[in-house]
Amino acid sequence: MHREWTVAAITRATLPVLLALTVVEVGSGLVLGSFEATLLRYPSLLVLVPVTIGTAGNLGSILASRLSTAFHLGTLSFDPADDDLAGNVVATVTLAVTLFPVVGAGAWLLAAVTGGAILSPGTVVAVAAVSGAALAVLAVAVTLAATYAAYRFELDPDDVVIPVVTNVCDVLGVLVLFGAVQLLV
Amino acid sequence: MSVRRVAVDAYREAAPALAASVVGGLFAGAVLGGMRAQLRAVEGLLVLVPALLATRGNVYGAFGARLATGLHQGVVEPRVDVGDRRLRAGVAAAMGNGLLASGFAAVVAFVVLAVLGRPVAGLGTLVAVALIAGLLSGIALTVAVVAVVFAGYRRGHNPDTIVGPLVTTTGDVFGLAFLVLAVRVVVGGV
Repeated sequence: MHREWTVAAITRATLPVLLALTVVEVGSGLVLGSFEATLLRYPSLLVLVPVTIGTAGNLGSILASRLSTAFHLGTLSFDPADDDLAGNVVATVTLAVTLFPVVGAGAWLLAAVTGGAILSPGTVVAVAAVSGAALAVLAVAVTLAATYAAYRFELDPDDVVIPVVTNVCDVLGVLVLFGAVQLLV
Repeated sequence: MSVRRVAVDAYREAAPALAASVVGGLFAGAVLGGMRAQLRAVEGLLVLVPALLATRGNVYGAFGARLATGLHQGVVEPRVDVGDRRLRAGVAAAMGNGLLASGFAAVVAFVVLAVLGRPVAGLGTLVAVALIAGLLSGIALTVAVVAVVFAGYRRGHNPDTIVGPLVTTTGDVFGLAFLVLAVRVVVGGV
């Protein structure tokens, strides 16, 4: 398929989705704004914001693209006993559970170096670890639902699932971080 | 394959790229942690942050993917030629859509915050900050995507696997660093 390479054609193909996603992202910004005072008081939590959002989206998009490939190869079945499906889900959760504590430690360290670590390293690691575990479960649920929906409606998962999953996980990243901060700080 | 085998393979395949994007994300976080003065100076700026960062990812990720497909199909040559009609259209569309989405995000954030009665800076200030940050990070990301994808392709790497991690690791750092600069330009020395 040779796509058209004109400004008008590219804009027609991408701008509507882009503007819709922008509205969704402003929604997650509003959640962030609602605990702005806490974030400004504890800079190590502010350091966690982009990495939590980004990693949540990445976990979802990695799982989505692997499921999408399996879907195109015809090896995917939506059966909990399916080895391909279960293995990818286990890998996603394990990635989150192993990476997020390191993310927390890194965020505390960066805040300490830049002169703003007020919270104890244990608290920051706990916030990151709890957020990561919750996000992994949510990212799996969103990705499976979106991939299944694409499959039922006969859409190409490459076109639909990855942008939806990445941006929904961005929003969930902020919500989960908000919850973890309420719970632990 | 057993569940364990699939899980170990998937973990090993994803861990390096994810770890790289975590490092990029932490640097972006350090920039955000260091811009508390700017966040206090421009009320509502934090509400804009997720939308502005996602726009960079959505626009330049799509531009990179288009460039990668163009290279695979042979309709784009892996060298920088300002006369190349397709390359010029791709760059212009990415910059134009990125700016439109940035300005749109500023307007939506302003309207919602004003309706909710939350404190918010002037509409002109938010839009100007979003557009200046969008323009500067757009230029930086265009140069980064074109340079790395072309150089990678010429050395025999699959451009598809370069674009995602490149945009996620550099997009947030550029996006936030230029946001600081944009606030300095619009509001003055904070």
